[in-house]
Amino acid sequence: MNATRHAIGLGLRRGWTEFLLSLRSPQDQGFYLFTAVGTLVFLWFNRDNEIQDTGLMYPTWALPSILGALLAFGVVIGPAFALAMEREDGTLLRHKALPHGMQGYVTGQLTYHSLGLVPSLLTILVPSFLLFDGLMHRGAGGWLTVAWVVVLGLLATLPLGMILGSIVPSTQKVGTWGMLPIMLLTAISGIFFPITALWGWVQAVAQVFPTYWIGLGLRSAFLPEEAVTLELGDSWRTGMTVLVLGAWAVFGALVTPRVLRRMARRQSGSQVEAAREASLQWVH
Amino acid sequence: MGAGRPDPVISVRDLRMTYGTQEVLAGIDLDVHPGEVVCLLGPNGAGKTTTIEILEGFRLPSAGQVQVLGEDPARAGDAWRARVGVVLQSWRDHARWTPRMLLTSLGGYFLPYSTPERPRPYGVDELLETVGLIEHADRKIGTLSGGQRRRLDVAVGIIGRPELLFLDEPTAGFDPQARRDFHDLVHRLSDLEGTSILLTTHDLAEAEKLADRILILTNGRIVADGSAEELTRQVAGTAEVRWALGRERFVHPTDDVVPFVRRLLEQHGDALTDLEVRKASLEDTYLAMVQRFEAGARTAPALQEVVP
Repeated sequence: MNATRHAIGLGLRRGWTEFLLSLRSPQDQGFYLFTAVGTLVFLWFNRDNEIQDTGLMYPTWALPSILGALLAFGVVIGPAFALAMEREDGTLLRHKALPHGMQGYVTGQLTYHSLGLVPSLLTILVPSFLLFDGLMHRGAGGWLTVAWVVVLGLLATLPLGMILGSIVPSTQKVGTWGMLPIMLLTAISGIFFPITALWGWVQAVAQVFPTYWIGLGLRSAFLPEEAVTLELGDSWRTGMTVLVLGAWAVFGALVTPRVLRRMARRQSGSQVEAAREASLQWVH
Repeated sequence: MGAGRPDPVISVRDLRMTYGTQEVLAGIDLDVHPGEVVCLLGPNGAGKTTTIEILEGFRLPSAGQVQVLGEDPARAGDAWRARVGVVLQSWRDHARWTPRMLLTSLGGYFLPYSTPERPRPYGVDELLETVGLIEHADRKIGTLSGGQRRRLDVAVGIIGRPELLFLDEPTAGFDPQARRDFHDLVHRLSDLEGTSILLTTHDLAEAEKLADRILILTNGRIVADGSAEELTRQVAGTAEVRWALGRERFVHPTDDVVPFVRRLLEQHGDALTDLEVRKASLEDTYLAMVQRFEAGARTAPALQEVVP
């Protein structure tokens, strides 16, 4: 029996179990509901706004972008928060004490957060199709594009969440180290309004990171060809999207295992105990 | 295994640990032999947890030789991991899981290391029965009491049927019944499975009850090594004799209780109004040793003579 392959199998099962438990948890259901209702209300109030003079209504234009931003946000902050928390509560240490346990643990995390995208995107996508007209202009080919952009976007951003969760000093710091920069990044990545409205140097910054490219890729999947005039250089830049997201994915694949190993090496019972004491002080 | 004693499962020579300028372990030597239950006893901050974390492979020592099951824990691989059990102190992990789910999931990692002589992991139901959690097997872990949670920690630590088990303050927060159940479990593991066990505690009664051998660790040094009885004998004056003559009361520590009491009776006869002989307990021994080494004194530890 190959122990590594066996551990990866256990990790997949672990991710699936965590996903099922999350679906049954009122706390997580509340989170999905809150995100979905918030997004839909925002789109609904902007349903009669036309984007410049393109004939496109705001929900049509913004929905793909928002889905892209939610993907990037969710799979960075989700694992970052989970990892920071499970370093503190001893989940990680339990796995470190097992043969091939870290391989199983990391597989579980990747599985769980990838699966978590399904409800978070579907709870927005399905009601949107009931509430708004003319969202998908590209038919089956469009959905195919959605699929590869989502997968590539996941590969580009999920490792960043794992890296962030490994280096952040405590759960309380995930906000300032993770949420704040990502929200700023989302604001400048052409998610809520076309990026062409921003200054050149801000556009340049946004184009370094995955959020912009995932949004662009999803717009190219949903929107009609004419909407390309809202994009930089009047092009969907599909090749560039694959290149940038691919580069982030390669970066993640190379760096994440090293960062995780370094973080795991430093895990010990006294660290867990210190986190427990800190959290008790936090409560009192 | 040649003739004579088999190789120790833990062998440590001149283990040192410094954090910055602070010396936490100042050269520790210790051996644990197969099947032995050894207890590391000492006040808080003595270096117990640091020592056990180095042996578990969770922490790198500053200097010294460490061999655990024939390997250096800092470099040992997964096959070594499979032979070692670690009982961790959890507090809120896996709150949504049930004990059965968690043990099934974590136990799975030991399956590739199963052998006919040592089938791994334990059956989940058997284990839940052993630690007394069978009736809570399908409850959410987040709803377990502190004692139940610690029993689950023990179950997780032994699920891979370890040859060597580490327990750091295993009964902290246990009620008396849970503590007794836990002691039974430790005895069973060491007697039936031949598991070697190294545990830390600052509870003397626990050390006395569980350990074949006690090591007293204070200020980063091992200051005593032996069975509870041997340790007690190392302290000069293993018994205290208290007596009263009329309204006056006396205390005298002595090694030779019987001759001393005989002389006392011969000398005072009926004037003796009260007489009490108290054997030095492990607690007396422990406090005497810790005090002596904390004071940095070089004299042999002794019970203090007090004449009120």
